[in-house]
Amino acid sequence: MALYLRSLALLAYRFGIHSGNRQRDRMAEYSAFSLLKHAFNGNKGWKPAWRKPDPKPSYDVVIVGGGGHGLATAYYLAKEHGITNVAVVEKGWLGSGNIGRNTTIVRSNYLLPESIRFYDFSVKLWENLSHDLNYNVMFSQRGVLNLAHSPSQADDYIRRGNAMLHGGGDAEWLTPDQIAKEVPGLDLSGSARFPIVGGLMQRRAGTARHDAVAWGFARGADRRGVDIIENCEVTGFLRDGDRVTGVVTSRGEIRAKKVAVAVAGSTGRVMKLAGIERLPIESHVLQAFVSESLKPFVNCVVTFGAGHLYMSQSDKGGLVFGGDIDGYNTYAQRGNLPVVEDVMSEMVAMFPSLARIRLLRSWGGVMDMSMDGSPIITKGPLPGMYLNSGWCYGGFKATPASGWTFAWTIARDEPHPINAPFTLDRFNRGILIDEKGQGATPRLH
Amino acid sequence: MLITCPYCGPRDLSEYTYQGDANRTRPDPASTDQAAWNVYVYERTNPAGDHREYWQHSGGCRAHLVVIRNTLTHEISEVSFARAELNHHAAPRRITGAKA
Repeated sequence: MALYLRSLALLAYRFGIHSGNRQRDRMAEYSAFSLLKHAFNGNKGWKPAWRKPDPKPSYDVVIVGGGGHGLATAYYLAKEHGITNVAVVEKGWLGSGNIGRNTTIVRSNYLLPESIRFYDFSVKLWENLSHDLNYNVMFSQRGVLNLAHSPSQADDYIRRGNAMLHGGGDAEWLTPDQIAKEVPGLDLSGSARFPIVGGLMQRRAGTARHDAVAWGFARGADRRGVDIIENCEVTGFLRDGDRVTGVVTSRGEIRAKKVAVAVAGSTGRVMKLAGIERLPIESHVLQAFVSESLKPFVNCVVTFGAGHLYMSQSDKGGLVFGGDIDGYNTYAQRGNLPVVEDVMSEMVAMFPSLARIRLLRSWGGVMDMSMDGSPIITKGPLPGMYLNSGWCYGGFKATPASGWTFAWTIARDEPHPINAPFTLDRFNRGILIDEKGQGATPRLH
Repeated sequence: MLITCPYCGPRDLSEYTYQGDANRTRPDPASTDQAAWNVYVYERTNPAGDHREYWQHSGGCRAHLVVIRNTLTHEISEVSFARAELNHHAAPRRITGAKA
């Protein structure tokens, strides 16, 4: 009986016939029913997913940066903390930065407890995100497989897998025979240049549709009253002594009780406008690639352990892949050819059958590489200011957790335990979160 | 990206190894000023524009270079030997008791 009631409740929940706040909160604007209804009306009744408001003179919170993290922050500020008098100001169009430039991978296969806790929380938010946003972000838990190519690398990966299990996540060690069944195209022969000795699989990991994530968060925030102001570049900060009291933009001054900065690769440039000349961050370029469309070829995300390559197949059939950052400071959204050559050679080492595949597109995004490879989600560095940065090239998977914890930090003026370790002063205090143990060499993280 | 090595002439990026920001000055090794060390080890100016940086021509003459390169356009305006820079700083301190 209890089971019957529970399934009935679930069914009701699905179709948006639950009552009160819940219903308003869910805003089941998109459903099979509404799709059908609009189809009969010639699809003329759809509302834009977000408004195009002019900036008001003042807000409770202004978020600088309309990327994934900024929009997620606005969404969770409104949803979790009831703070809706919020503006997100974006220099370009919504989703024009790294939220539309990544390789869409979501995972939490980390070693250190702080990272596992944070990224596993993110995966949990991902698991319910489409439902929560009433927007299909196409989160596909197809698994991420890290290939190991030597016994010592296998030991290292198994250690990481155990750390993941210990931290409450999931991990599975696969032998070459099991890998052959899951990913048939791989060169698993003993004569491969880098023989595969096993692989660490995280089944709850996968991919999501990156643009839909930006649009879903934007719509969710907008429907709760957040103003998303595109084509509005921040050119300075309003100050009252040390305190930040608003922003100067290309569309006028906007006052705010709290100003939150979530601008990823542009962190250095934006923070200089507030007089912060030095940060534990360097900006680097990461390139990504898409091949021509193929028939279903690889059904999980595969990473190459003898170099650095991660690859998955999009729903359109293109192989989406990337490798290392170029490795020099840059703010240009384009890279150079040595990395292209490196990435392609690694892909062919892994899948010899891809040697003659054609590349469709490649592009670059600017990464805010921190000194220990971990992010910064914190109050400060100035009074009235909040900073979210240092994502290196792992920001996409963190989008929901980053927004959730940043919103908490802004609303309550203190970090949530999940983001408490990711401070700005951890470098000076010697409590770094260095997953790879590379030290203060951003190009190697 | 081509970098013009003062010895070898213009060579492809793949011959070079990036060695990071050259705007930083290492504190005196004997210094115990933690704030100064923190600035040197962890903090960067990360400019959008001209950037002074170290490169090594590791696939060529192996010289260490100081390059001024624009981080917005990748345009290189100046390349010189890093060792010329040493003369601007104090000579390395000799550790007391060490034999030459």
